[in-house]
Amino acid sequence: MSTQPIKFYQTDTFTVGNRLLAPHERSVQADPRRANALNCGHRACQGCGEALGARYAIDAAMRASGGRLIAANATGCLEVFSTPYPETSWQIPWIHSLFGNVAAVATGIAAALKVKGQGDVRVVAQGGDGGTTDIGFGCLSGMFERNDDVLYICYDNEAYMNTGVQRSSATPPAARTATTAVHGPEPGNVFGQGKNLPWIAMAHGIPYVATATVADLRDLEAKVQRAMAFRGARYVHILVPCPLGWGTAPDETIRIARLAKETGLFPVYEAEYGEITRTLKLRKPLPVEDYLRPQKRFAHLFMPEPRREVITRIQRLANRNIRRFGLYEERPWDAGALDALRSGSDA
Amino acid sequence: MSMHKPFAITLDVGSSLANHTGSWRTSRPVYVDRLPPCNAACPAGEDIQGWLYHAESGDYEAAWRVLVRDNPMPAVMGRVCYHSCEPACNRGQLDQAVSIHAVERFLGDEARSHGWRFRRDAPRSGKRVLVVGAGPSGLAAAYHLALFGHEVEIHEAGPMAGGMLRFGIPKYRLPRDVLDAEIARILDLGIALRLDTKVHRILDSMRAGRFDAAFLAVGAHLAKRTYIPAGTAAKVLDAVSVLRSMEGAEPPLLGRRVVVYGGGNTALDVARTAKRLGAEEAIIVYRRTRARMPAHEFEVEEALQEGILIKWLATIREAGDGAITVERMVLDQHGFPQPTGELDTIAADSLVLALGQEVDLSLLEAVPGLAVEDGVVRVDTGMMTGHAGIFAGGDMVPAERNVTVAIGHGKKAARHIDAWLRGTTYQPREKHQRADFARLNPWYYADAPQTVQPALDILRRQSTFDEVQGGLDESNAMFEARRCLSCGNCFECDNCYGVCPDNAVVKLGPGLRFRFDYDYCKGCGLCAAECPCGAIEMVPEAI
Repeated sequence: MSTQPIKFYQTDTFTVGNRLLAPHERSVQADPRRANALNCGHRACQGCGEALGARYAIDAAMRASGGRLIAANATGCLEVFSTPYPETSWQIPWIHSLFGNVAAVATGIAAALKVKGQGDVRVVAQGGDGGTTDIGFGCLSGMFERNDDVLYICYDNEAYMNTGVQRSSATPPAARTATTAVHGPEPGNVFGQGKNLPWIAMAHGIPYVATATVADLRDLEAKVQRAMAFRGARYVHILVPCPLGWGTAPDETIRIARLAKETGLFPVYEAEYGEITRTLKLRKPLPVEDYLRPQKRFAHLFMPEPRREVITRIQRLANRNIRRFGLYEERPWDAGALDALRSGSDA
Repeated sequence: MSMHKPFAITLDVGSSLANHTGSWRTSRPVYVDRLPPCNAACPAGEDIQGWLYHAESGDYEAAWRVLVRDNPMPAVMGRVCYHSCEPACNRGQLDQAVSIHAVERFLGDEARSHGWRFRRDAPRSGKRVLVVGAGPSGLAAAYHLALFGHEVEIHEAGPMAGGMLRFGIPKYRLPRDVLDAEIARILDLGIALRLDTKVHRILDSMRAGRFDAAFLAVGAHLAKRTYIPAGTAAKVLDAVSVLRSMEGAEPPLLGRRVVVYGGGNTALDVARTAKRLGAEEAIIVYRRTRARMPAHEFEVEEALQEGILIKWLATIREAGDGAITVERMVLDQHGFPQPTGELDTIAADSLVLALGQEVDLSLLEAVPGLAVEDGVVRVDTGMMTGHAGIFAGGDMVPAERNVTVAIGHGKKAARHIDAWLRGTTYQPREKHQRADFARLNPWYYADAPQTVQPALDILRRQSTFDEVQGGLDESNAMFEARRCLSCGNCFECDNCYGVCPDNAVVKLGPGLRFRFDYDYCKGCGLCAAECPCGAIEMVPEAI
């Protein structure tokens, strides 16, 4: 009689919790005693990916540090919606910095703790893509280069959402923002090289770099936990869809993040000392159109006529990621899925 | 409030809990239970998703106890039920349906090996109910009536309990020790069984036994006949008596070449039985095509594997001595077979007619108010006949005839009988809305194809009455149970608790599910969108 080992857990680790898993295998977010570092009553929009990502990441860091954690927070959406004077949603020691200097402020806190002999208290710096890839980039690079003992978390929603959706160096090609209008021969943001910050962080050779999305909680928690196991500069880059800026329904936030990963447009991986150690494989490779179409910031690619040449260019970016990061291993039940994507974009 | 504050600070630090963001909401999430398609399709009304939930965590006794709330014979039904739940299973749209019958059978076999008993907790009602017929419907009714606290007596015309389960279903599909054990467990509830007790006049029997109500569940044991000219030496039998005589000491003498006439499951049962009794050839003659055969596809497939031959598009014209004459048919444009006049001869030592069965309704004569139509008794939605206090189910009433329907009738009738005896009316719970596949978020379910039940090798199937289908072992059964998507019913995956950006879902603990904190819920709908099983509904707020 054929037997299969009982390994199948119905929803495995795809869901936040799973009663079939042993307690020590369960996620931080499934725990009724989770820190809830970012508590109720904050003023983020409905379905905010950043609010979700911040609670996921900081709760995981709280568990990893045994609750001994200080956070420095760059100016940006996260800071504005969580701390309208005199209220705060933060249930951990938290300090607001300028837009561009959170890496430096966090470095200072870590140095002060060291001087005071409180090395067991850990330090997190967090900011959006504007505060990280644009304005705070110099301070952040310095923090990496000095290998300061800080975990820097970037919540990437691909534009300056708080001030009205202006483009940042993390805005993707063709996306419409307030400053990349939809007109002319190349509507929306330009097809440039962008600023691939995880890649730049890896180039500094720091102990740990990882990317994650709010669509895969278990992966995100594992990465924060791994990051907290290192001393020195660490960088975690989390994709957090923004219903307001991306033009999606509030209940689509997680689905959109999942599509960003499953199309290959947002590669999810981790690296130690500049070398990639693991990539999260695509479960079901999907065409980029599935990701682009639900977002109003890409509506001009489909109306009035589909702009095939632009969509194809974006598909090539996804194909390059799949190739470069080895994002896909073909399995028997979806054989040929990748070829189907490639044939449409001849790359 | 302190008088000495730092520069530019005038207010004390407060928590954002002061800010009730629930006021932003235009629609609110609400937890719902939806009706899983398997439950909806089960003629016995089993809470399949409900018992699979317990089997998933390995609590097989809890699973079995949920199962037997609706069906007291899981080991039997896991084997013989045609599992209409499985084609309905939403998992079929992902990979393959959950093998529900295999898990049910496993639970039934676990109950037997562990000696789990039924619990009779209800106080005695002092009412007496007569059940006529110890087939699946009668046994199910007796079981439920006993659990309601009534005193039950079964009158069975035959020498053994089981009805069609024993006299209609061959041993290779239902081993008799399995059947005997499940019947014994039901009777252990204190139900009196009187064998060889044919009820000739129902009203007389009720009066004599001082019964307050009766449930009639007489099976269709009379074979339908058709006129076939037959030679004096021709051996013509009917399927019912062939299968019945398999339960006696003397197996039927069918000869080396057996022809069975008919296209239903009974025809296949007889042909497969004949093969096991040593027939070299067992040929089924059926007047239409395979696609139009009423027998279930898996039974046709198993029969063909065992070497049963089927002659499609043929009717029997004459049963001669050692041979029968058949006429070839063609289907007309409406799909009805029409004669061609072309004749064939098939060598045959015996001919078995499997042309359908009827119920012996003679016990109903002289009962005022009863209406009989097309050989079955008319009943109302509460399974009561036109005569107050007499209820009927199973083969006796207008419905599809199979054991699962019969068991469902027994349960339904018992509920109405109980209410009738107490002078009330049974009000069925309102059915939940269907949990259709479109309501699920299948992303969350891990990939896991169906576990295949082992099958007996072909030589043993052709020569013995050993059970053809094997059971799942414990690890396979648990694996299979865990393939359940829990459609429409929360299985506490914590997704809503995790994905809420506003921390507005309260986790109440194992088995207690969750609660929304509407003070802070902004109504974004992420919980509903990311609920794997569709157990959250967004309801517009009255604004």
